[in-house]
Amino acid sequence: MKKLLTVSLLGLAMAAGTAQARDYDHVRIGVDVPYEPMEYRTPEGELTGFDIDLGNALCAEIGVTCEWIEQEWDGIIPGLMSRNYDAIMSSMTINDERRQTVLFSDPYFTPPSAWFAPTESELSEATRETLEGLTIGVQRGTLQDNYVTDMFGDVASVSRYSTADDMVLDMQAERLDIVFLDYPVGKATLLDSERRDYQVVGEMITEPKEYFGDGFGIAFRQRDEALAERFNEALATLKADGTYDEIHERYFGEE
Amino acid sequence: MQDITLWFQDLLAGNLIFTPQTLGYYWEGLVTTTQLVFLSLVIGLVMAVPLAIGRSSGRRWISLPIYAYTYVFRGTPLLIQLYIIYYGVVFFDGIQETFLWPMLREAFYPALIAFTLNTAAYTTEIFRGAIKATAKGEIEAARAYGMSQGLMMRRIILPSAFRRALPAYGNEVIFMLHASAIASVVTLMDLTGAARFVYARFYAPFEAFLFVAAIYLCLTFAILYLFRWLEKRLLAHLKPA
Repeated sequence: MKKLLTVSLLGLAMAAGTAQARDYDHVRIGVDVPYEPMEYRTPEGELTGFDIDLGNALCAEIGVTCEWIEQEWDGIIPGLMSRNYDAIMSSMTINDERRQTVLFSDPYFTPPSAWFAPTESELSEATRETLEGLTIGVQRGTLQDNYVTDMFGDVASVSRYSTADDMVLDMQAERLDIVFLDYPVGKATLLDSERRDYQVVGEMITEPKEYFGDGFGIAFRQRDEALAERFNEALATLKADGTYDEIHERYFGEE
Repeated sequence: MQDITLWFQDLLAGNLIFTPQTLGYYWEGLVTTTQLVFLSLVIGLVMAVPLAIGRSSGRRWISLPIYAYTYVFRGTPLLIQLYIIYYGVVFFDGIQETFLWPMLREAFYPALIAFTLNTAAYTTEIFRGAIKATAKGEIEAARAYGMSQGLMMRRIILPSAFRRALPAYGNEVIFMLHASAIASVVTLMDLTGAARFVYARFYAPFEAFLFVAAIYLCLTFAILYLFRWLEKRLLAHLKPA
């Protein structure tokens, strides 16, 4: 009796294993809401954001139906493993630690950093020449700090702050000429502030990779290589035909 | 000399943290800390002498305001004073247009002002205690010689008061050195600022802070020995024969 049970369980497990290799026509995607502007709800309660729009576009390109399943962040990888959903698209940074558990798609987004300066500032781009002798504000220990220290540390003076708020205060006090921040943080604290007007100087910066990382990827179960490959192909198509840029612009404005 | 350089290079070759670059940060930090502490102590000391004389004056309109000053600066944390002077001043409208701004713009001067005012308050109280403790006999003798108040202060009271204040003042100097560690919260790259930078850069809190603690220890050691030497010279007459 016991043997029979073992054999049937084994059979069941194998059946599940083969079932896993099937082609998906319906993909459930786990997401942790809210994380504006990547994923959030409109006042009407509709799920939206960069991840959501891009995910839907990818599914449409592949020709599968998508279903978004909300999941708290700390349980988001276990939820993928226990098949509550088949993929995670929730601003997840690709790193080696996670790679041991999940399979990542190609990076679909690198959170950009940007230079912010007062509107009356005459800076129109940030280079070693234009920043010479100025004071640059960064948050201590961030990737922006590392980048600025290595690239401009010898020509400009770098002020390091514990919080972005302290930095914004010193920007308003005119102690800083320019700051280098995560673009979404800078947008929320400087561009949308009321005290003074600020502008983005130059282009958004996501390169080089050694400073700005691998970016966000879609996570799959290790064995779903075929599915990941289909998403990678679709992503390449969307980037080529301009759909990606259109979605990017919707949430991050013109570059 | 070449052997030492080679030995140093070998020592540095095996680690990623103490590269010439980070040691350069520590060196700049050491310079900043030394400047900050030394300048604030010297200015604070110069301020404290007249303040201490005023504080021990019998005229209440002189002693009370000084008491209020020392009470406020000894009664509030140095960190709060630093925050008020660094972040607070910018809320005065138009401060950017005044002649003070080129100084207040840098993090160094607000820190120097805060540290100076703080150490001057403590030193004032140390000196005042020492002045008060002057032996009555010495004052009576000076009066008997017909010395004026000023002359008595200069020749009798202050010289002996300074000697008595020396051990307590040595402590104040060490406290000031250690208190200067908070300068990095206003973006100043002092020793602690350098350590925080190295820590954040390499995620190596142990190495970064242990190294800087060793530097502070060396500095404290130097201060201790300076004061021990001074005490030996200046307080020789108080030693048991």
